[in-house]
Amino acid sequence: MSNVSIDHPVVIHDLTVAYRDKPVLWDIELSIPPGKLVAIIGPNGAGKSTLIKAVLGLVPTVAGTVSLFGGSYRERRQMIGYVPQRSSVDWDFPTHALDVVMMGTYGQLGWFKRPGKAQRELALRCLEQVGMADFANRQISQLSGGQQQRVFLARALAQDAQLYFMDEPFVGVDAVTERAIVNLLRDLRARGKTVVCVHHDLDSAPEYFDWLVLLNVRLIAAGPFETTFTSENLRKTYGGTMGAAIKHIEHFEEDRLAISVQADTKRPNGH
Amino acid sequence: MSSAIVILLTGVLVAVACALLGAFLILRRMAMMVDAISHAILPGLVAGYFLAQGPDLLAGFAGAVLAAVLTVSLVEALQNTGRVGGESAIGIVFPAMFALGTFVVSKYFANVHLDADAILYGNIEFAAFDLLYINGVSLGPQSLWMMSGLCLMNLLFVGLLYKELKLATFDPGLAAALGFSPALIHYALMTVVSITTVGAFTAVGAILVVALFVVPAATAYLLTDRLPVMILLAVALGALSAVCGYAVAIVLDASVAGSIASTTGVLFGLAFLFAPQHGLVARARRLQRQRLEFAVQTLLVHLLNHEQSAEQQAESAYSHLSGELRWHPPFARRVTDAAKRATLLQQHGDMLNLTEAGRAEAEAARATDLQR
Ligand SMILES: Nc1ncnc2c1ncn2[C@@H]1O[C@H](COP(=O)(O)OP(=O)(O)OP(=O)(O)O)[C@@H](O)[C@H]1O
Ligand SMILES: [Mg+2]
Repeated sequence: MSNVSIDHPVVIHDLTVAYRDKPVLWDIELSIPPGKLVAIIGPNGAGKSTLIKAVLGLVPTVAGTVSLFGGSYRERRQMIGYVPQRSSVDWDFPTHALDVVMMGTYGQLGWFKRPGKAQRELALRCLEQVGMADFANRQISQLSGGQQQRVFLARALAQDAQLYFMDEPFVGVDAVTERAIVNLLRDLRARGKTVVCVHHDLDSAPEYFDWLVLLNVRLIAAGPFETTFTSENLRKTYGGTMGAAIKHIEHFEEDRLAISVQADTKRPNGH
Repeated sequence: MSSAIVILLTGVLVAVACALLGAFLILRRMAMMVDAISHAILPGLVAGYFLAQGPDLLAGFAGAVLAAVLTVSLVEALQNTGRVGGESAIGIVFPAMFALGTFVVSKYFANVHLDADAILYGNIEFAAFDLLYINGVSLGPQSLWMMSGLCLMNLLFVGLLYKELKLATFDPGLAAALGFSPALIHYALMTVVSITTVGAFTAVGAILVVALFVVPAATAYLLTDRLPVMILLAVALGALSAVCGYAVAIVLDASVAGSIASTTGVLFGLAFLFAPQHGLVARARRLQRQRLEFAVQTLLVHLLNHEQSAEQQAESAYSHLSGELRWHPPFARRVTDAAKRATLLQQHGDMLNLTEAGRAEAEAARATDLQR
C-alpha cells in the first residue's frame, strides 16, 4: 500500500470520527487517485463535512490514519487548499474581496510575515480567474451569494495547492456562476490537480465529476462514476441507516428510479 | 508633572491600550467575555495577596491574570459540553468567580485594604500620588509606567499578529487548515486582554475597563467597513473619550472614570444615529429616497401605459394622480417634482407628459417588471 500512497493524493485507512458517543464516520477506507474531480455525496448529516475536516485535522479522530501525498497533513499543508462552506464565516466582517483572497497566501507566508505586493498581485490574478476582478475593493457584505462563493474559490486558487477540498461550492449560486465554477474545476484538473467536493445535486454530479464517493456514516462505495453511480449504491446511501425517516426513503425510492435512468443516459458523457 | 496632566495621560493611555484590542473583541463577539474577565480577577487578586502575605504588586498581578485565563478556559469547557451555550456559560462562570472573591475577602481579609469599590470604580483621581520607586529613586507616577507598558504590549501584539488575528477571527477553519492554530490565537488574545484588564482596572476600575474595550470599537464598527480603519478609529475615539470625559468631570466635579465611560457611550449614541452608512438617520433617508425613486418609476410607467390612449387626457392629469395611484396629494407633488427635476416629465397646465428620457426610463422599468 505504501507505494500507492505516494502518488495518491488521499489515502484514508480505518478512519473513525465521533463528536460524542455515536460515531459520525465509521471505519472509512478510501484512496483517491490523482488528477480527478471527486464528488462526495450523501444525505444531510452523513458526515461529508466531517470527513473533510478530519482529513484536514480540524476535528479529532477516534481511530485511523490519513495520508496526503504519502505524508501527514502537517507535512503537506502547503499542497492543500480548502474552501469551507460559505455559511461558515461572518460576511459582515469589515474587509474587502481582495483582502479575503489574499488570506489564501497566508499559509505560504507563515507567522508574523505581512503580505506584500507579490501576494496582492497573485490575489488579483486569482480574482480575475473567477471573473471578479471588478469587485476587488467591494466590501464583502455587499457581494451576492454567488460572488461570495467565487471569492472563496479565488482564495483557494491563491493557496496554489495540488489538492483541493471544497465543501458545497455550488450551493446557492446561479447557472452562470455554476458554469464558471465547473470551468474552473476542469481547468484545475487540466493542470493535474485533484479536487474533492461535497456535492448535493445528483442530477449534475455525473456531468461535473469523474470520481464518486458515496458516504453515509460508513463508506458505501467509491470509484469512477461509470461503475459507482448505480441505483443500488444510491439506495444504500440514502436508505439504510436513516431508520426513522421511512417516509423519506419511499420518496427517495421514486427519485432514485428517475435518477438511475438519468444516470444510465448520462453515462456516455462521463470522463 | 501636575496631577491633572497625570490623570489625563493615564486616561488616554488606558483608553488607547484597550481600544487597540477592542476591534477584535467586537468582531469575535466577545464583549461579554471581557466583562467576565474584569470581574473574575478579584479571586486572583485575593490569592495573590494571600500567597505574598500582604499587598504585593507582582503577586496580585500574576494571580489576577491567572484567574482571568482560568475563567476563559472554564467558559470554553462549559461551551464545549454543548449544553451551556455561549453567553450562558459566561453568565455561570463569572458570578461564581466574583462571588468566590467577595466571599474570601469578607471572611478572611475583612480588616484588610482590598475594597470592592476600588475594584469596580478604580481611583484614577489618585494616579499622580502613587509613585514608582526603584532603589529609592522616584521615577514618576506608577500608573503612567503601567499604562504605557500596556499600550506598548498591545501595540506589539496587534502589530505582529495582525494578519493572524484577522484570519482566525474571520475564518477559524481556514486559519487552522493553514497552520495558524485558532485556539492558540484565542488564548494569546485572552491573555493580553487579561493583562490589560488587570493593569488598567487599578486606575479606572472594572466597569470602565469593559467600556473602553468594547464601546469605542463598537462605535468605530458603525463608521467604517475596513478593519485597519476600524482599529485606528477605535483608538482615536477611546482617546477622545478620555479627554472629553476628563474635562466634563472637572467641570461638573464628577467621577473621572464614570465620566470617561459615559463619554464613550455618548459617542456611540451619536454614531448610531448619524453614521454616514449604518446610522439610523442615514438608513431612514436611504429608505425614503428609495421609496421616492420607486414612486417616480411607478408614475412614469403609469403615464407610458396610457400614452396615446383614449383615456390619456384623464389618466395623465396631474389633478387625478392622487386618486389613480392612491397617493396623498403632498406625496404626489413631491414625486412629480422629483421627476420634473430629473427631466423625466414635463407639465403643461394639468397635463403630465413623458420626456424622451422619461419614456426610456419607463420602458426599462416595465421590461424589468415583466421579467419578474
Ligand atoms: N461540532 C459538532 N459537534 C457535535 N456534532 C456534530 C458537530 N458537527 C457535526 N456534528 C454531527 O455530525 C454528523 C455529521 O455532520 P456533517 O456536518 O459532517 O454532515 P454533512 O454530511 O456535512 O451534512 P450536510 O449535508 O447537512 O452538510 C451530524 O449528525 C451532525 O449533527
Ligand atoms: Mg456539510
